[in-house]
Amino acid sequence: MEKGKGVMGSGRRWAVDFSDNSTAPSSRDIPDPPGFTRASVDQDDSTVSRQKKDAESNWKAQKAWEVAQAPFKNLLMMGFMMWMAGNTVHLFSIGITFSALWQPISALQGVGKVFEPYKDSKVELLGPKLLFIALNLGGLALGVWKLNTLGLLPTHASDWVSSLPPAQEVEYSGGGIPL
Amino acid sequence: MAIRSFFVPFLLFALCFNSSLTPVLSLYEDQVGLMDWHQQYIGKVKQAVFSTQKTGRRRVIVSTEENVIASLDLRHGEIFWRHLLGSNDVIDGIDIGLGKYVITLSSGGSILRSWNLPDGQMVWESFLQGPKHSKSLLLVPTNLKIEKDNVIVVFSNGRLHAVSCIDGEVLWNKDFEAESFEVQQVIQPPGSDLIYVVGFAASSQFEMYQINARNGELLKHESETFSSGFFREVSLVSSETVAALDSTGSILLTISFQNGEISFQQTPISNLVEDSSGPAVIIPSSVPGIFAIKTNAITIFIRVIGKGKLEVVETTNHETAVSNALPISEGQQAFALVQHAGSEIHLAVKLAHDWDGNLLKESIKMDQQRGLVHKVFINNYIRTDRSHGFRVLIVMEDHSLLLLQQGAVVWSREDGLASIIDVTASELPVERDGVSVAKVEHNLFEWLKGHMLKLKGTLMLASPEDVAAIQSMRLKSSEKSKMTRDHNGFRKLLIVLTRAGKLFALHTGDGRIVWSHLLRSLHKSEACKSPIGLNMYQWQVPHHHALDENPSVLVISRCGPSSGAPGVLSFVDAYTGKELNSLSLVHAVVQVIPLPYTDSTEQRLHLLIDSDKHAHLYPKSSEALGIFKREFSNIYWYSVEELDGIIKGHALKCKCTGEVADEFCFDTRDLWSVVFPSESEKIIATVTRKSNEVVHTQAKVIADQDVMYKYISRNLLFVATVAPKGSGEIGSVTPEESWLVVYLIDTVTGRILHRVTHHGAQGPVHAVFSENWVVYHYFNLRAHRYEMSVIEIYDQSRADNKDVWKLVLGKHNLTSPISLFSRPEVITKSQSYFFTHSVKAIAVTSTAKGITSKQLLIGTIGDQVLALDKRFLDPRRSVNPTQAEKEEGIIPLTDSLPIIPQSYVTHALRVEGLRGILTVPAKLESTTLVFAHGVDLFFTQLAPSRTYDSLTEDFSYALLLLTIVALVAAIFVTWRLSERKELQDKWR
Repeated sequence: MEKGKGVMGSGRRWAVDFSDNSTAPSSRDIPDPPGFTRASVDQDDSTVSRQKKDAESNWKAQKAWEVAQAPFKNLLMMGFMMWMAGNTVHLFSIGITFSALWQPISALQGVGKVFEPYKDSKVELLGPKLLFIALNLGGLALGVWKLNTLGLLPTHASDWVSSLPPAQEVEYSGGGIPL
Repeated sequence: MAIRSFFVPFLLFALCFNSSLTPVLSLYEDQVGLMDWHQQYIGKVKQAVFSTQKTGRRRVIVSTEENVIASLDLRHGEIFWRHLLGSNDVIDGIDIGLGKYVITLSSGGSILRSWNLPDGQMVWESFLQGPKHSKSLLLVPTNLKIEKDNVIVVFSNGRLHAVSCIDGEVLWNKDFEAESFEVQQVIQPPGSDLIYVVGFAASSQFEMYQINARNGELLKHESETFSSGFFREVSLVSSETVAALDSTGSILLTISFQNGEISFQQTPISNLVEDSSGPAVIIPSSVPGIFAIKTNAITIFIRVIGKGKLEVVETTNHETAVSNALPISEGQQAFALVQHAGSEIHLAVKLAHDWDGNLLKESIKMDQQRGLVHKVFINNYIRTDRSHGFRVLIVMEDHSLLLLQQGAVVWSREDGLASIIDVTASELPVERDGVSVAKVEHNLFEWLKGHMLKLKGTLMLASPEDVAAIQSMRLKSSEKSKMTRDHNGFRKLLIVLTRAGKLFALHTGDGRIVWSHLLRSLHKSEACKSPIGLNMYQWQVPHHHALDENPSVLVISRCGPSSGAPGVLSFVDAYTGKELNSLSLVHAVVQVIPLPYTDSTEQRLHLLIDSDKHAHLYPKSSEALGIFKREFSNIYWYSVEELDGIIKGHALKCKCTGEVADEFCFDTRDLWSVVFPSESEKIIATVTRKSNEVVHTQAKVIADQDVMYKYISRNLLFVATVAPKGSGEIGSVTPEESWLVVYLIDTVTGRILHRVTHHGAQGPVHAVFSENWVVYHYFNLRAHRYEMSVIEIYDQSRADNKDVWKLVLGKHNLTSPISLFSRPEVITKSQSYFFTHSVKAIAVTSTAKGITSKQLLIGTIGDQVLALDKRFLDPRRSVNPTQAEKEEGIIPLTDSLPIIPQSYVTHALRVEGLRGILTVPAKLESTTLVFAHGVDLFFTQLAPSRTYDSLTEDFSYALLLLTIVALVAAIFVTWRLSERKELQDKWR
């Protein structure tokens, strides 16, 4: 994401443009250095920009796929951490499980934002997005699974009956040893 | 409160991590007395002996009906030392020997002990045996010496003993073997070596024995027959004259046995008093020359002049009590006379030979709630002007003890609280605007100062004075003794019924008496000769809509000791102690059944069963009748007939078919009976669940998320029977002939749900029933140890309810009402453990919602209360619990229950003569209030799973506040710093 921003660059203070597009040599005070031909530059304007745009969109698509695959590493790391945390409820395992649940959820909420830099009419973002969502859902599932193994999900009968009050008895009886 | 609710989740969270540790409940030294209080009593004084020698502290030695010998400070009434003898070691007499030993005769005259007067250490003990049972008399003559040794004369078990005062050795003894001889008095005329033993034989013969005090030699034996017989009391008139009544109680006899000659002088009472009717009784006293008789509420004082001539000196119809004579100077004896007159008592000290002159005459205002004066003890002191001053110790009808001196009550002791019959708890009034009962609000500065001190304590900056100030502040916290309801429900009233028929309300905060009331209905009257208080029930517990009414309690009493005697009901306001109403019933009260229904004013319906098995409904209102009629067919009752070994179940039938139409009276019919074979089983204990116990859940979650359904029924009865042979003392039978059988019986249907036999076990059995389990304590003869067993009952018919979706959607019938006539399928789990102590009482903690785990409260033989986690009595304990079971909290099985010294609820204190333990839930779920009573009273708060729902009492709010302020300041400062830094960065 940082790289993408660098390319788009909006808040920069100064810049040197190496790809000088001015084709009229008359406007130049300084003659071209010997051996330098402007032929390569003196191409059609549209071709140059198309080429550039192609490169950029290629690069964007590539980046988008990279970003989409990023949660996979996360997933692996999470899995490792969960395995390390064990199956008992304590501060470490609870922390890990909740971060494992939170990360995918927050990532899913920001799907649009994550892929915004690569938004382009030519770049097909559906694939990376789907991959990204799928991976994050996987992460979420992993977190839920962990929650279950910790026994924090109400999936057993015991979770539903543990607060059931005792049944009322219709009959009432009292008495005992005479006073 | 906001702070607390903020902290609750945090604490719960913290608790999660600590739950794997075994909680050890104990308190720090400086926490003693913060939430608990302990009061020491002695009981109703039977006999008092003064010890007012010039050296040493002035004290009075008393023996009481609770079997206590105590030495009290005469200045303040505090206890110097105290000994509680066993209940089978009743004190017959006390006296002081040689000015430094307290001599006590107890156990029907068979144990004579000597205690050191200053510190109460026992000096010696002698066992006195004799041929037959008889009255026991103790006499410590002041100047009777045998070989420089002071002698104690004891008549007990038909034998006269002379015992050395120094080492308790029996110097001589003399048997009185005459078959029917009944000793009345042992007289030692001062200055002589003679002992007279007088008594009756064959009810019409007067016998006199003259004995040489030096060697026990019988000098003379005379007997004389009086044809119309004697009434069994004599009053000593002089060292050689006694006064008695004939068997009809209408003729006075003065019997003189001067020089061994017995002579009777008869005087009909009608000659002395004109309007005497009915038999008279002699008031026992020992005033020389004077005795008193009582006929119909009239007390007559009679002086003996010369040879059998009698003269009435005073007739009074006021209630009167007379003390024994006190020698004050050579040949002069004084005695005290206390008479009631309205709200005052008149105290007169007179010389024995001069009735009309008074040494002292005082009127003292007396609290009406103390009743009549029962006993008077007199003592004198020499004033600075060498005249005699008198102090008088009086025992009142409510068993309180008061010292009167110079026309005022110097101190008083509420010793009625030593004999509590029943206890119940009541809420305090709700705090309303303008109803400030006690001014307790500190001003802000005080509050802040207190918290600053606490903060200093927390930060270890406090000086020793500060620490002392903190401690006294904690102990005297006015918050806990306020007279209004508190948020946590710690403040309550304990309503206590004592044997004297007095009700006390004790504040749980500091144990002070809020009000006390001597029940009018428990007064002796024409209709009710000897009323006995039996029990107490919560009659009206207003909440919700009836908050304007005060709660009230119902006191059940009975006229006379037999179960057929008519009952008396009194209704007492729990806030003020006023007797709202009292009903003298025509029927007896054999059983009281509080029903689970209340009327619109929150009065609980009670069913009283009389001796003819009729049920009477109270309150007698049409509304109550309407409610009762609706539930008529669902009400049952059962009776346990201990002597016959039968448990019977009854149902209500129809209106009474008596001559008087009473629509609140119902006939009953027998439904079922469980008959125990009398040759092999004898009922020794029955226990039911407390009717006000709250159970949170019916399910028990066990390892691997499995569920077991508890069998929770209000109508279960635990019955323990033993072999008739084994019902005596422990060790009186061999293990082969003794067994203990335990039953769980459904009291509606009579169905026996469980039965288990412990071979080689013996009573006494103490048991406690709660939720779905019962714990009982007995003796194992084979192992020679006490054992405790637990039985848990589970409902197997509900075990199939395991479908999660059904449970989620509520499609189950687990909470629908059930009938006990449907056949239950129960399984039981049980386990037994050794237990070191023998037990006086067992109770279980009870909390508001029943969520907190339970603790057993065991009153040990050492008069302490031990808290034992119920987890130790879990039948699912095994030697090697699995990992899952360990996580569940199951403790590995051991053969005996651990006694952790820190878990004594009473910490270093003892509740002498412990009889009962009451637990009352506080409003705060984690906490329960415990009240243990015996001769002493003890109260404390317990949190079986720690106080997980509130901050501890010593939490420093000042520290919290300070931290928050510091944090806010830090945030502000760092924010400003970061602002500045950013600005500088921008300028760069």
